[in-house]
Amino acid sequence: MSGGTGESRIPAAFESEPAFVPYLAAGDPTFEASLAYVEALERAGADVIELGLPFSEPIAEGPTIQQAVVRSLDGGMTVERYFEFVAALDVDVPLVCMTYYNLIYQYGDEEGPEPFVERAAAEGIDGFVVPDLPAEEAGPLRAACDAHGRDLVSIVAPTTRDDRLQRLVDLSSGYLYVQARLGVTGARASVSDRTTESLARVAETGTDLPRAVGFGISSFEQARDVIAAGADGAIVGSALVDIVAEGHAEDRPPEETAAELEALGRELKEGALAAAEPEASQAD
Amino acid sequence: MSEQQQRRDGKFGDYGGQYVPEALMPAIEELTDAYERYVLGNEDGFMDEFRRRIRDFGGRPTPMGRADQLSERYGTEVYLKREDLLHGGAHKLNNALGQCLLAKYMGKERIVAETGAGQHGTATAMAAAHLDMPCEIYMGRRDINRQRPNVFRMRINGAEVTPVEVGRGTLKEAINETMRDWATTVETTHYIIGSIVGPHPFPSMVRDFHRPISAETKRQSREAFGRLPDAVVACAGGGSNTMGIFSEFVDPRDSDPEGVDDVDLYAVEAGGSTLDVDEERGVAPNSASLSTGTEGVLHGARTKVLQDTDGQIMESHSVSSGLDYAGVGPELANLVEEGRVDAVNVDDDAALAAFHRLSQTEGIIPALETAHAVAYLEQHDDPSELGEYVVINVSGRGDKDLAAAMEETAGRDLPNAPEMDVFDGEGLR
Ligand SMILES: Cc1ncc(COP(=O)(O)O)c(C=O)c1O
Repeated sequence: MSGGTGESRIPAAFESEPAFVPYLAAGDPTFEASLAYVEALERAGADVIELGLPFSEPIAEGPTIQQAVVRSLDGGMTVERYFEFVAALDVDVPLVCMTYYNLIYQYGDEEGPEPFVERAAAEGIDGFVVPDLPAEEAGPLRAACDAHGRDLVSIVAPTTRDDRLQRLVDLSSGYLYVQARLGVTGARASVSDRTTESLARVAETGTDLPRAVGFGISSFEQARDVIAAGADGAIVGSALVDIVAEGHAEDRPPEETAAELEALGRELKEGALAAAEPEASQAD
Repeated sequence: MSEQQQRRDGKFGDYGGQYVPEALMPAIEELTDAYERYVLGNEDGFMDEFRRRIRDFGGRPTPMGRADQLSERYGTEVYLKREDLLHGGAHKLNNALGQCLLAKYMGKERIVAETGAGQHGTATAMAAAHLDMPCEIYMGRRDINRQRPNVFRMRINGAEVTPVEVGRGTLKEAINETMRDWATTVETTHYIIGSIVGPHPFPSMVRDFHRPISAETKRQSREAFGRLPDAVVACAGGGSNTMGIFSEFVDPRDSDPEGVDDVDLYAVEAGGSTLDVDEERGVAPNSASLSTGTEGVLHGARTKVLQDTDGQIMESHSVSSGLDYAGVGPELANLVEEGRVDAVNVDDDAALAAFHRLSQTEGIIPALETAHAVAYLEQHDDPSELGEYVVINVSGRGDKDLAAAMEETAGRDLPNAPEMDVFDGEGLR
């Protein structure tokens, strides 16, 4: 794959149009099938892909992604296999590694995040999202990302206010992950008022970082609505993982599951684009 | 040391910290502020109310008494600090009542907690009922099955008990699930974590609520034998009873700091069935994270954890649910690293034998967790080397463990176990 050395490709991904940012757990349920699933999402129009590196204690995840983590780990996923996975992927979109801090911290002989970031960068990872790493503890990872030209994406929660928010804005690069509602990951029926409030608070900081909204988005309408509310991207995880889970449970051929992922992916990308064309829709 | 322990970032040497989702951080900042004002600063008389309630409702101070037969057996003066006599049957109420009261002072409306052995859940359910707060307890399925009496107690006190089905169904999974609840309900809910684990300020705050154990131990030692003990022995899961009885010897805040550095401190971990680790299957058949774990990040803190080389957390094992955990409190990890506390361990068999021994020789049925501390003396080549006066923290009573202990005993060759075959069946379950 492309990537490797050089700078992160994430900033460019948000430049021209609203972004569709899918998440899948790498290796769910098998290495080969999962490669096909990620590639299907690229064909669907993904602008950035968040690629989960499964950790045994996923405290920020709801049941859907918890099960994905179990399937992937049962399928033999390890940190080394994850890097092989990234290297084997035939996609040309920026990749964000989403994982928990202990796996980053343990990698390599030295303690600390630098060896992990160096290796990830070499394999083609552009940035990182680490749900259990608040600004208080993120200094070492930020420094490692700077040293290797990678992005560190922070999660902005509905409870994040004032000086905490400013601190996250200052710490982050690539984009801000705006958490749509309190709780854990998982598909939901509608976009909450809190998303709009959070986006407004971020806007007030004057940052020009792109804002991608995630937690609960599962449909064309929701993708459209979060973009209309001011987001620059829509992050979708559980709704896609549900398709993988169903395919696995029903023992469907991976091509069929990949086709379904691609279809939902297209719908979500179209939803994101639909909001960006207000003139067109008014002209109807 | 005391200054270090109160650093705002909650670091104990390299250990500790705050590794939690951003959504929880504002609540953790609010809690840190409340801890500093109410607990450390006694604002609005918070600590006065805590002391009054832990006395009138909890039954503090708990007694400390000489174990006559054990003293003879080991050739040293053995004293038992009786936390099993605290209301609820374990030290856990100190922390549960303290945090529940703090949640009230903070204006929170609901309590959540995890539980392993069910002792912390039971103590939380009692404190919540006492202080009129709704409460929900998360408990792994496996632990529900092996600690049923405590499930009944929680329900009878009015708590919701929510089974956690994922993973192995023990304490680690229960903590994960409680954190998920808290991440959803954080604006109105307080999470009463059950040991000196988790993000700052939990390890310091939980220790401080258990601090009366060591303050009383010092005073009672001077009364009983005119000086401080030579050694203090406590079991360690997360390490709350451990730091509870160690804290005034490590970082004296009462008016009696003299001689504390000369007191040897032993944290007894669960050696399970063996200290060897099955890296392939991700299983550590023990819970000895201080002795065999490596530095990692688990449940909000950097500490010693049982993990594979990637950093995936291993499944732990112990005959006692309350010690069955892959991590340990960051302060205890640091004290072991600094050499102030000795980490030792005893296996399942030795703990079960000690369970029967204390029951038979002193008339005290200990919790299986506590039995590990008692077993350490038996395991020691020459217990008199521990010193002239040894205090064991009897962290809890064993009523909750009767079924599990008899079942585990039946499968082993324990010379001191009572013959129970004639009662087989209904009577025991
Ligand atoms: C009686 C008793 N002792 C000890 C423990 C272990 O906890 P800690 O290490 O936090 O004292 C438990 C936990 O459930 C317990 O019930």
